[in-house]
Amino acid sequence: MERRLLSGDEAVAAAAGDGGVHLGTGYPGTPSTEILEAFSRLGGRAQWAPNEKVALEVGLGAAFGGARALVTMKHVGLNVAADPLFTAAYTGVSGALVVVSADDPGMSSSQNEQDNRHYAVAASLPMLEPSDSQEAYDLALAAFELSERWKLPVILRMTTRVCHGKSILTRRPAVAPRAPAFERDIPGRVMIPAYARPAHRRLRKKIEELLAWAEATPLNVEVRGGRALGIVSAGIAARHAREAAPGASFLELKTLHPLPVERIRAFAASVERCVIVEEGDPFLAERIRAAGIAVESKPEPFRFGELDVARVRRILARDTSPEPEAPRGKPPMLCEACPYHPVYATLRKLDCIVAGDIGCYTLGVLPPYQGMDTCVAMGASLGVGLGLRHVLPEKDARRVISLIGDSTFIHTGVNGLIEMVYNPPATGHVLVVLDNGTTAMTGQQEHPGTGRTMEHEPTGKVSIEGLARALGVKNVDVIDPVRDPGGWEKLFVDRLGRRELSVIVARSPCILAAADIRKWEKAAAEKAVVSIGGRG
Amino acid sequence: MTERAGDRGAQPLRAPQQDRPGESGGREVPSLKVEGTGCVPARTTNVIVAGLGGQGVIKASDILADVAFRAGKDVKKAEVHGMSQRGGSVTSDVRFGDHVESPMIPPGEADYLLVLEPSEVEVTRPLLSKTGVLIPPDLVDERSLPNRKSLNVALLGALSRHLDLPEALWLEAVKAALPERLHQVNEKAFRIGRERAVRP
Repeated sequence: MERRLLSGDEAVAAAAGDGGVHLGTGYPGTPSTEILEAFSRLGGRAQWAPNEKVALEVGLGAAFGGARALVTMKHVGLNVAADPLFTAAYTGVSGALVVVSADDPGMSSSQNEQDNRHYAVAASLPMLEPSDSQEAYDLALAAFELSERWKLPVILRMTTRVCHGKSILTRRPAVAPRAPAFERDIPGRVMIPAYARPAHRRLRKKIEELLAWAEATPLNVEVRGGRALGIVSAGIAARHAREAAPGASFLELKTLHPLPVERIRAFAASVERCVIVEEGDPFLAERIRAAGIAVESKPEPFRFGELDVARVRRILARDTSPEPEAPRGKPPMLCEACPYHPVYATLRKLDCIVAGDIGCYTLGVLPPYQGMDTCVAMGASLGVGLGLRHVLPEKDARRVISLIGDSTFIHTGVNGLIEMVYNPPATGHVLVVLDNGTTAMTGQQEHPGTGRTMEHEPTGKVSIEGLARALGVKNVDVIDPVRDPGGWEKLFVDRLGRRELSVIVARSPCILAAADIRKWEKAAAEKAVVSIGGRG
Repeated sequence: MTERAGDRGAQPLRAPQQDRPGESGGREVPSLKVEGTGCVPARTTNVIVAGLGGQGVIKASDILADVAFRAGKDVKKAEVHGMSQRGGSVTSDVRFGDHVESPMIPPGEADYLLVLEPSEVEVTRPLLSKTGVLIPPDLVDERSLPNRKSLNVALLGALSRHLDLPEALWLEAVKAALPERLHQVNEKAFRIGRERAVRP
């Protein structure tokens, strides 16, 4: 087969294509976004969901129907999808369901560096982790096979450097999976307590079987070098370790859960010094020690940030002296022609307390505006803003606003808007939706509010102002803050002065996406004319 | 150092069949690749491309990685996207040789540092090894280029003088990375850069 230089994300997409995946879905999030985009380019059926929970549920439904489904998200997205995930472990699947969790150690583009390996243990699901593109491809294919064989969702955990790193990959001949078909299994899929109790036992039995499989699988790689030093590692850390200590012996784990403890025990016993080299939390080290295996692990400072070859050398040398600081370059900032500038200028002028959210506009927190007071999670601007309004003295409460982007509003902001209508603060509240017509931060993906599919084809369109009106928000306005900055400010000042619920949709296209949006709109209009002409 | 036979999964993986009665014969889960010899890796060439978001840092490193790939080398590449379109600092690591392990270049071990933005030169200089070669943005006068946006390709032209990779592959990779309407200007930019650099 043809060799190619591909990113880890592209490798997973290639595996989805060659593995005959029927449906790929997810929500954009660095570093996972490119998987579904690449799968779509390969001709796969891929779509964006409004959020990760919905994506996982769509994938689960497809897998209940006997299909192979791929669901992708960044690490924090799995928090949103955790509710169906944990019970999907009980129900299992009929086809295959692979969930990609793309973690971001070092937070190149995230609000935390949570280590999602813990999810595999918490949800009792198998987890595989690749260290380069070839492994991303091979393990994604292996994950579909495992999922089908044990009828369980499988988590494929990746990290930024594997997702975005490129390395050489050889593809395999494509396989044709079974055709989807519905088979009724009420006790297996309806998780009332009476059916869930045996389901829990079934799950633990599967994990026991998977442990036996993990102990023996050749997916875990052992390299015999010297006896003086043995390194147990996983993911990208394994690549750094192989370079940092070329003469050592290595056990590279690809099956992170269940963990092949006996294989690790035998490996540790075969070397004089056994060191666990892993990025993030001491996930492997804690489990290996709990099994009574004496191993050395990294000192606490190496829990933070990414590892690289230099840091692994320090771990191996037990060197905890201060590390040299990484070069501090120029931080990213709002584009010069970003339509959000007039909004931030007003917020600063009025000294608002801004409960913010996640997206490009979070960059408004930097000078000159410093225009955001909180940013926690997708959609949190609504709840946090309302909580502040509920408790602050009136003078301050009336300065509080919630600020959210269009894609983030659709993602989980709408839930907070329901809360705003249901539990309105005494002083009212103002929500500003920065609607630039795209999911800008992750590279201009479509979402339900744009009315276009992942491939930019016209589809059903969710109206943000329509939703707000339907929910019963008293004042709902749409304004273009770029064409009419004076009108925007006047409107905002008026709404902030009222003790009522207000939603202002500040709508102006993302400067990076505007030309493309015009092109897609034109194509859609032409298509509409053609189809009308055809019928006439 | 030898790698254990089958370490990289020469045998296909099968689930324990006795536990799955009624299921038709186990399908093979693809095995992992068999890596090279496992010997101490030969010398790897380390190149860092640096600049600001929107300048074509990633495009330049993609082209370089593709040239090395076309030349039959093992190649790895690492970078951080995400915020890169918002004008912030971007660096991309490209490593190639007989066998590459980590995709990231350890700080202070870059053989070549190609910088597209004057303000980033001092910021990224510590990444370069003591004997490394800096290819600064002012090596090529932007005004001499048919299109200033081709500075990334022009600096690749300069880099090409230092690397033992055939010129024809560079031009193939440049073309493969760009739409046809940009081929001519970028080929010219590449040649201008190549002429500006003197082979060491």
